[in-house]
Amino acid sequence: MTVTDELLSYDDAVAAYDPVMGLEVHVELNTASKMFCGCSTEFGADPNTQVCPVCLGLPGSLPVINRTAVESAIRIGLALSCEIAPWCRFARKNYFYPDMPKNFQTSQYDEPIAFDGWTELDVDGELFRIGIERAHMEEDTGKSLHVGGSTGRIHGAQYSLVDYNRAGIPLIEIVTKPIEGAVAKAPAVARAYVAHLRELLLALGVSDVRMEQGSLRCDVNLSLRPHGQDAYGLRTETKNVNSLRSVERAVRYEICRQAAALAAGDRVVQETRHWHEDTGVTTSGRSKEQAEDYRYFPEPDLVPLAPSREWIGELRATLPEPPREHRARLQAEWGFSDLEMRDVVGAGALLSIEQTVAAGSTPQAARKWWLSELARRANEQGVELTALPITPGQVAEVQGLVDAGRVNDKLAREVLDGVLAGEGTPEEVVTARGLEVVSDDAALGTAVDRAIEANPDVAEKVRGGKTAAAGALIGAVMKEMRGQADASRVRELILERLS
Amino acid sequence: MSELTRMGAADLAQAIRSGAVSSVEVTQAHLNRIYDVDTGVHAFLHVSGEVALEAARAADARRSAGESASSLDGVPVAVKDVFTTAGIPTTCGSRILEGWVPPYDATVVSRLRKAGLPILGKTNMDEFAMGSSTEHSGYGPTRNPWDLERIPGGSGGGSAAAVAAGEAPLAVGTDTGGSIRQPGAVTGTVGVKPTYGGVSRYGLVALASSLDQAGPVARTVLDAALLHEVIGGHDPLDSTSIDRPLPPVVEAVRNADLSGLRVGVVKELGGEGYQSGVLARFDDAVKLMIEAGAEVVEVSCPHFVYGLAAYYLILPSEASSNLARFDAMRYGLRVLPEGVDAPSAEQVMNATREAGFGPEVKRRIILGTYALSSGYYDAYYGQAQKVRTLIARDFTAAFEKADVLVSPTAPTTAFKIGEKLDDPLAMYLNDIATVPASLAGVPGISLPSGLADEDGLPAGLQVLAPAMADDRLYRVGGALETMLQERWAGPLLDRVPKLEVRT
Ligand SMILES: [Zn+2]
Repeated sequence: MTVTDELLSYDDAVAAYDPVMGLEVHVELNTASKMFCGCSTEFGADPNTQVCPVCLGLPGSLPVINRTAVESAIRIGLALSCEIAPWCRFARKNYFYPDMPKNFQTSQYDEPIAFDGWTELDVDGELFRIGIERAHMEEDTGKSLHVGGSTGRIHGAQYSLVDYNRAGIPLIEIVTKPIEGAVAKAPAVARAYVAHLRELLLALGVSDVRMEQGSLRCDVNLSLRPHGQDAYGLRTETKNVNSLRSVERAVRYEICRQAAALAAGDRVVQETRHWHEDTGVTTSGRSKEQAEDYRYFPEPDLVPLAPSREWIGELRATLPEPPREHRARLQAEWGFSDLEMRDVVGAGALLSIEQTVAAGSTPQAARKWWLSELARRANEQGVELTALPITPGQVAEVQGLVDAGRVNDKLAREVLDGVLAGEGTPEEVVTARGLEVVSDDAALGTAVDRAIEANPDVAEKVRGGKTAAAGALIGAVMKEMRGQADASRVRELILERLS
Repeated sequence: MSELTRMGAADLAQAIRSGAVSSVEVTQAHLNRIYDVDTGVHAFLHVSGEVALEAARAADARRSAGESASSLDGVPVAVKDVFTTAGIPTTCGSRILEGWVPPYDATVVSRLRKAGLPILGKTNMDEFAMGSSTEHSGYGPTRNPWDLERIPGGSGGGSAAAVAAGEAPLAVGTDTGGSIRQPGAVTGTVGVKPTYGGVSRYGLVALASSLDQAGPVARTVLDAALLHEVIGGHDPLDSTSIDRPLPPVVEAVRNADLSGLRVGVVKELGGEGYQSGVLARFDDAVKLMIEAGAEVVEVSCPHFVYGLAAYYLILPSEASSNLARFDAMRYGLRVLPEGVDAPSAEQVMNATREAGFGPEVKRRIILGTYALSSGYYDAYYGQAQKVRTLIARDFTAAFEKADVLVSPTAPTTAFKIGEKLDDPLAMYLNDIATVPASLAGVPGISLPSGLADEDGLPAGLQVLAPAMADDRLYRVGGALETMLQERWAGPLLDRVPKLEVRT
């Protein structure tokens, strides 16, 4: 049963209270093998086929650190202007749960690989500096599937299945310092931060950051305090907020919910809350007031990490351009207005457009496809733009067909449909669906003659010099040819015949 | 008892190489001996006769083809049940793992197989290596071949008893605080705890990861060195394994010589609390070393007195975490709680751990869970780690004055079964002399120093060396063994009473 909480209106809430946020983002790295063993990390394999004694936690097995995962962690740390620990260790986080084969998670505790950094983001033209508390390495758990309950949660389920393919996949947890001063913009700042992080991680090439596959997961900590008060209020931690839109909505919801409680003279219960994507509300999970004791201690099966200055230097040299500079450079190169650029960034389409341009499209055409056609479809399906099953190269290919006059805009949209439906490359879709425009004069001429014959009055007007009336004849030709006629050639043929 | 089951491993290897005897004959002789005496001794939890004979036939085939897999090719070995063995059950002496057949070999086991040593079976141990008497095995105690009413030491009592009883010429054990050395002392066998990181821990079911170390159990110092060479050396599957060549241990035995060697007698490891016969045999051995040209000095290691306390915080802490994986979900025992209709995973886990773990394991899990708890961590685990550092410093200082350190291995000879079972603290005191080396990660050997006058039971002498100087253990051990055997007019193990044979 979901209890409906009292909510204060958003405007009233932010008028009375100042939200303080902390965002914890878990990123699955895209290394070929797991954090501590050689198993593949490929997504979507049959359950429990990518496992070995180590990631199953069989008695006697021992972990060995994946060097590439450490490199990714250091590069993420450097990109977030963090200090890199000259010496750090893994720790065991002890708790019992069937999806964790050893009943402890090998993580980092008080010695993160990267700490004390910052990053800047632009929210509606205002610059926000987000402090980074730490970025640390850990292993993912297996995935539980609770069968037989109504909610998909363990409570009420008849039985549970566990897939250990995910167990041991390297994760980086990036934790912000408290984000203060955003006030009414807090939800937008939270969303912009996660979008910014996604962009940065994509540019680093360390993760696929597919939120819908769970390779980027966000926990939102939020508390309110009356304006003018320094001390933080009691906070809630909303778990598994797994899309950009949900991050924004969850922050907004918690602001309204906590404000209602405070305004009524109640106190906020410090607890873990669950986010419900469908209804857009959070509900109470376990109370943090009986906080679990994880009995952390240094992992004795691993030796400390001591990245040398030389190694860190080499990794620093591989960093991509920082996002702000990257955006400024692209904007100048593409000649986009500030508003156009803001839309692009807001839609999370920057990298897609950059890659589409790199594949030969013009910036304006690339922007048009991603922000109109594809954004609409992503929105309809409720997925992130980058989750659509189409590559920037394919988008450029569609535009190439338009530029070559082989399809018109209408046909191009059909080509997109075909690609998104998994029918193949744009070229394959054109062939399979027979979408190419007809510009062959013999075929067009017959249709033009029939259109003139069928519309003598219109033809007369055109003959009389009203060339604008030719549109009706073009329309008739297009209709007959199911939209696949080369419109400009049709126009030329009509005018030739009626001059 | 056939002559083959009285011979050392080096001699057996030589006999097999020369064709005087086949590996199948040697292996079968030991399997027969196990059949004959193990009902009384109970050194084995599982006998893998077919696996052993198949490996023996392969060794014989190699010999016929003029090939050899190692210096111990064809010599059978017993394996402590704490190592995973693909296709052979592994229980760690616990009911919670009853029936588990691991899908993979420990590195030590794969090295044994690769070197051509037939695996006779898995030896008994205190449950998850927690104990000093093998009485804490979930499958009943092992008995000391010197006196079946007495304990064979622990946790590796099965391995030591098997070697002392002629059931195996060699065995591998593990030593976390003395589990190879102390059983060696009370059974008159040789046991070595190598430098931490010297032998791979991959596939060794962890008790305390920062202390566990695998090592050889044998009848002679040379045999131990030969086995050490087979199982030792770097393993990329164990991150704590040392990536350096193994010290020349076999060469050290062959060139054993004490002249000019500085031997430090550790003041804190002796005296009060040690049995007089144990001390007398130790003093005899020290005199022999002086006669052989060693320079003996007394050294003080003031922090050793805190060793046992620190050990019994670090070990349970790590163990409480290592043993968390036994939750009835993926392998081993599964017990459904009584009177519960549709039990949850948590209820099944609780019922299984309640039924599957013995009292000593539960005691240490509770101790460790407590020591790691927030609010207590600094006072217990944190403080114990500081003691550990101080003990390591004591060793560093002592090794400036002496090349090796010596002490009795255990304070007493084998005690009666049941005598200390209800007194955990008295039981823990068995480890008082062996624990400091474990905490510091330095290597140690225990070899027989003779029989105590008051009870006629074997006493052990321990030699300790700096990390990665394992060869010094063998140099001193080899020289001392030669002198002692001259005095005894033969190996001490020849004096093991005749065991009753199954008819
Ligand atoms: Zn694996």
